[in-house]
Amino acid sequence: MQQKFYWLFGGIGVLLVVASTIGWLLQRRSPDSSTIANLVARVNAWWIMVAVLAAGFLLGRNATIVLFAIASLFALREFVTLTPTRPGDHLPLVVCFYVLLPVQYLLIGDDWYNLFAIFLPVYGFLLLPVLTAVSGDTEQFLERVTKLQWGLMITVYCISYVPALVLVQVPGFSVGNQNLLLVIYLLFVVQISDVLQYVFGKLFGKHKIAPRVSPSKTVEGFIGGGASAVGVGAALWWITPFTPLQAAGMAAVIVLAGFLGGIALSAVKRSLGAKDWGSMIEGHGGMLDRLDSVSFAAPVFFHLTRYFFEP
Amino acid sequence: MWLSHVFALLVRVLVGAQAQWIGCKPAPVLRIYYANHTSHLDTLALWCALPHHLRKTTRPVAASDYWNRGGLRGYVATHGFNALFIERDKDKRAGDPLEPLAQALARGESLVIFPEGTRRAQALPSPFKSGIFHLATKFPDAELVPVYLNNLYRSMPKGTYLPVPLTCSVRFGAPLARIADEPKEAFLERARQAVVDLA
Repeated sequence: MQQKFYWLFGGIGVLLVVASTIGWLLQRRSPDSSTIANLVARVNAWWIMVAVLAAGFLLGRNATIVLFAIASLFALREFVTLTPTRPGDHLPLVVCFYVLLPVQYLLIGDDWYNLFAIFLPVYGFLLLPVLTAVSGDTEQFLERVTKLQWGLMITVYCISYVPALVLVQVPGFSVGNQNLLLVIYLLFVVQISDVLQYVFGKLFGKHKIAPRVSPSKTVEGFIGGGASAVGVGAALWWITPFTPLQAAGMAAVIVLAGFLGGIALSAVKRSLGAKDWGSMIEGHGGMLDRLDSVSFAAPVFFHLTRYFFEP
Repeated sequence: MWLSHVFALLVRVLVGAQAQWIGCKPAPVLRIYYANHTSHLDTLALWCALPHHLRKTTRPVAASDYWNRGGLRGYVATHGFNALFIERDKDKRAGDPLEPLAQALARGESLVIFPEGTRRAQALPSPFKSGIFHLATKFPDAELVPVYLNNLYRSMPKGTYLPVPLTCSVRFGAPLARIADEPKEAFLERARQAVVDLA
C-alpha cells in the first residue's frame, strides 16, 4: 500500500514538473498571453491541491474524511453565496452548515453506511422545508427550499461519496487503509479527464457540444481527452482491485459521469448568473469548479464498486 | 494578541473576507475607513481584511453598549480586535462622544467606523450620521477611505447569533476628495455615495 502510494504520488509529481516546465517555456515565449498565464496559475494550484491531498492520505482515513468535509463546506459556501437567500433562510442554512454537513461525514467515520446513504436524501430533505416554514417567510417558498436542498445534495451528499469509498469491503483488497487508493483512483481519473479534455479541446476543438452552457467543451476535446483518460484509468489498474479491463470500464463510467456533471453544474451556475463558482483556487475558479465532475462521478463509482465487487 | 489570529482564521473560513483594494493600496498612513453596516461580523471582517502590520495601528470603533459589556464579548473586543468604544446612549455620555476617537487619530492610529450608526438589513447604506463629518473637519490630513462589505447582511442578519458561511469581499475605494467649506449634508451624501459606488 505504502509503496503503491509513493509510486503514484511520485508519478503525479513528475507530471506536475513536466507541466510546470511546459508552462514556464510557454510563458517565456509569449509573456503577455492570458491563456498561458491562466495555465501556469492552474498548474501552480495543482501543486497545492496535490500536496494537501497527499498529506491527508498519509495521515490516514479520518484525515481524508475531514479533508472532504472541509471541501464540502467551501463548496456549499460557494453555492449559498450565489443563491439569493432571505433572512427567513437563516435557520435552515445554519442547520445545513453546522448540523447536516458534519453529521454526514461523521456517519462515514462511524462506518454507518445505511444511514449515510439516506440521511440527506430522506431526513435532510424533509427537515429543510420544515425549518424554512417555521421561520414564517412564505415568499417564493418552494424556490428557496429547492435551491437549498439542491445545494446540499451536490456539495455535501454527492461529494461525501469520495471519502465514503473507505466503507466498501472488497475481499482481498480492503485491508488497512488500502481503500484510500480507490479514492486516489477516482480523483485522478476525474481530474486527468478534465485536464485532457481541456488540452485536447484547446488543440483540436472545433465543434462545441453545448455552446450556451459550457462554451469550452468540444466534441474533439471530449473524445480525445475522454479516451486518453480511460487509457490512464486502465493503466492504473494495479492500484485497484480491478483487472485492467475492469479498470478501463470503471474509468469510462467515471469520465462520462464527470463530463455530464460538468455540463449540468455549468447550467446551474449560469442560471445563478455566474461564470465561476468562486475564486478561492487561483486559475481554476472556486472549489465547486474543481469538484463539479467529482460530485457526479463519485456516487456512481461508489455504487458500481459496491455492487460488483462487494460480495 | 493570539486571539486576533484565531479570529482572523475563523473569519477566513466563515466568510472569506477577501480584500479588494480597488481605489487605494494598503499603506501605513492616517486613515479613517468607513463602511456600510449590516452585521456584527462587519467589524471583524473589515479588520481581518487589513494586512497584519496595519491591524496594530488600526482601531475599529465599536458601540460601547454592545461590545463593552465585559465577559466574552468585551474580552473579544479589547483583545481580539483592539476596539475603541463609543457611547451611543445620550444619557450616559459625559462630554463629546467623539473625543476618544479624536485622541486616537491624534496619536496616529487609524480608525474603522460605521457612519450609519447601527446595523441595517439591506445591501446599500442608509444616510450617515454626522460624526464622520466632525472627524474629517478636525483631521484634514486623514484619508477617508470608503469600504463596501457585501453579503454579510445575508451571513448574520440582525437578530441572529450564528454566522452562515458565505463568501464576502471587502472593497476598499479611493480616498474621498476633500472640498473646502463643504456643507455637512453635501459631505455626508458624497461620502455615502462613495460606498454605494463600490457596491
